Amino acid sequence: MSNTSHSPATQSAPESRFGRFLRATEIDPRLLGMVGALVLIWVAFEAYSTFVLGRPSMLLGAAQAEANGFLTPRNLWNLSVQTAYIGIMATGMVLVIITRNIDLSVGSIMGMVGMYMGLLQIDYLTPALGLGHPAIWGITVIFGIVMGALIGALQGSMIAYLNIPSFIVTLGGLLVWRGAAFLVAGGKTIAPMDDTFALIGGGSFGALGRTGSWIFAAIAVVAVVWGVVKSRKARTVHGFQQRPIWAEWFMGGLICAVILGATATVNAYIWPKGNIKKYYDQLGMAVPDGAEFGHGYAYPVLILIVVAIFMTVLMTRTRFGRYVFAIGGNPEAAALSGINTRVMTVKIFALMGGLAGIAAVIGSARQNSATNAMGNLDELYVIAAAVVGGTSLAGGVGTVYGAIIGALILTSLQTGMVLIGFGDGSYQRIVIGIALVLAVWLDIVYRKRIK
Amino acid sequence: MLNRTGTPLVELRDMSISFGGIKAVDHVTVDLYPGEVVGLLGHNGAGKSTLIKCLSGAYKADAGQILINGAEVDINNPRDARAQNIETIYQTLALADNLNAASNLFLGRELVGPGGFLDDSKMEAETRKIMARLNPNFRKFNVPVSALSGGQRQSVAIARAVYFNAKILIMDEPTAALGPQETQMVAELIQELKAQGLGIFLIEHDIHNVMKLCDRASVMKNGQLVGTVDVKQVTDEDILSMIILGKKPAKAA
Repeated sequence: MSNTSHSPATQSAPESRFGRFLRATEIDPRLLGMVGALVLIWVAFEAYSTFVLGRPSMLLGAAQAEANGFLTPRNLWNLSVQTAYIGIMATGMVLVIITRNIDLSVGSIMGMVGMYMGLLQIDYLTPALGLGHPAIWGITVIFGIVMGALIGALQGSMIAYLNIPSFIVTLGGLLVWRGAAFLVAGGKTIAPMDDTFALIGGGSFGALGRTGSWIFAAIAVVAVVWGVVKSRKARTVHGFQQRPIWAEWFMGGLICAVILGATATVNAYIWPKGNIKKYYDQLGMAVPDGAEFGHGYAYPVLILIVVAIFMTVLMTRTRFGRYVFAIGGNPEAAALSGINTRVMTVKIFALMGGLAGIAAVIGSARQNSATNAMGNLDELYVIAAAVVGGTSLAGGVGTVYGAIIGALILTSLQTGMVLIGFGDGSYQRIVIGIALVLAVWLDIVYRKRIK
Repeated sequence: MLNRTGTPLVELRDMSISFGGIKAVDHVTVDLYPGEVVGLLGHNGAGKSTLIKCLSGAYKADAGQILINGAEVDINNPRDARAQNIETIYQTLALADNLNAASNLFLGRELVGPGGFLDDSKMEAETRKIMARLNPNFRKFNVPVSALSGGQRQSVAIARAVYFNAKILIMDEPTAALGPQETQMVAELIQELKAQGLGIFLIEHDIHNVMKLCDRASVMKNGQLVGTVDVKQVTDEDILSMIILGKKPAKAA
């Protein structure tokens, strides 16, 4: 029954039921490990806050207004926003690491691009177009992404054509772009940003709202079902053996349940009273009784989702993605197969730079200012997220979804430490440092065991 | 019998290439006719692989001409070589270990569907077809090729050349990593391809394989061509003395 076409014929020991289940559903055990670790971290922080600190927990029936544990709509919503920009950059770092390179400069690129975007808005666009002109945010976003991509392309060219190791080029970049970020405005902070631009950073007004979020979820569910049906059809056309139907619908159902659960959670986070008043003030109305708004998906999270889908399609469905893996698996073979590995390197670093540009947009919009310290040390979190998410530093192996889960794990640790009162940066770094080494060690142990 | 009176399928004329002052290939001329297997022999470092890489597009020769069917062609990279129906099976197999058989077979020449997206199902179906012909026991279509045995990997590499209708095949020690049974499989395949009219350059160290598989043998030493002999007119001793001493036997001149 479950003996699908791809299973090696030499399966010696009889499989456990769990093993059969994994094989039928084609779940990567490492994905299961990552999700397990994530759930464990969440529950541990919630338990610590409930039982050690004695805070009210929503799991034990406390109201949203009182609860301040880890598992509250507010905290999870904030977590999603904080994960977004690290996650966005981590999806690009996966490509860089798969091709046996590294990019240490992304945090500095973020800082410098953020400064130039602030400068562009305050010194050029606002005087030229007028305060609050609707084109300002769009121009700034495009400028930020293009600038990031050009910096990435420059670094990629040096790696590809001058044969300087990527570690050195981007270590140089880390210093150069951070220094340049300071010089842009002589170390001053540029604020405030354009009002529309600031919405990209999230907040009560920078979110999709309840209705929009449910529509979004419905579209996503339909897409998942369509995807399952279509993949079965493609296999039928070529006469390949199908996955068992229960496994197919179990996976589809699980993904839909996660989508709906996430939507319910972000929608359950209600607007603070102040924002509700601000909203009605702008409309020139009094606040009606019982007025309540749910946040829904924040814009940075939507951007992350769009980037994740784009990058996943790019990596799994296009020649570009196939070549990224081929270069990582055997650079010589890739070149002998007619793949232009140098141009690929430039493109990959340009893509990474462009994603750092998007992260700069979100970061500066969220702070509603441009500071030269923005993104400081973020390159390390981005690399850690990719590696915790299963990307192999030896090259050739990695997934986009893994990197995003990795980013979620690291951000959970970071925000959780703050939540339980270890907000001092030193504890955060110690915990994240240990988590990184632990994750890589577990991965090595796992790989040895399956061999 | 082979007809070597017409235009050769391939002619490498007066080829030279050097690396950092060392002449890896020094004014070498070899040719290849349709349906012929020409062995390239010599010690390690004699320049065989380097010469052949000029034909496969991995290197660009410093001097010399490449003629295909009598017309001079310019080969600057592996894509140019493929455009001339030249396929190469490298000693190191040139497979991306982390990809499966179908991805490797179509690497650089993927089949795409509407919108330019990869058509993995089609590629797998085509791979199953060609493997059913070359190696009917092959089953591991959905695992990375790192999980395959030497012979299975070799059959993927050969399938790549066969699938894309190679007219000129370059094999760099195709049996070096194989067991006796798999070596026999490759030998039979070479006979079959030869019968189809392909021209094959075979880099080979094992003198018995050379005597068995090749029609002619070109021997190189220190980057220079010692000579080319008809395998049927010489003994293996003659060829060995060409390789070791760099002397061409008098009778086969």
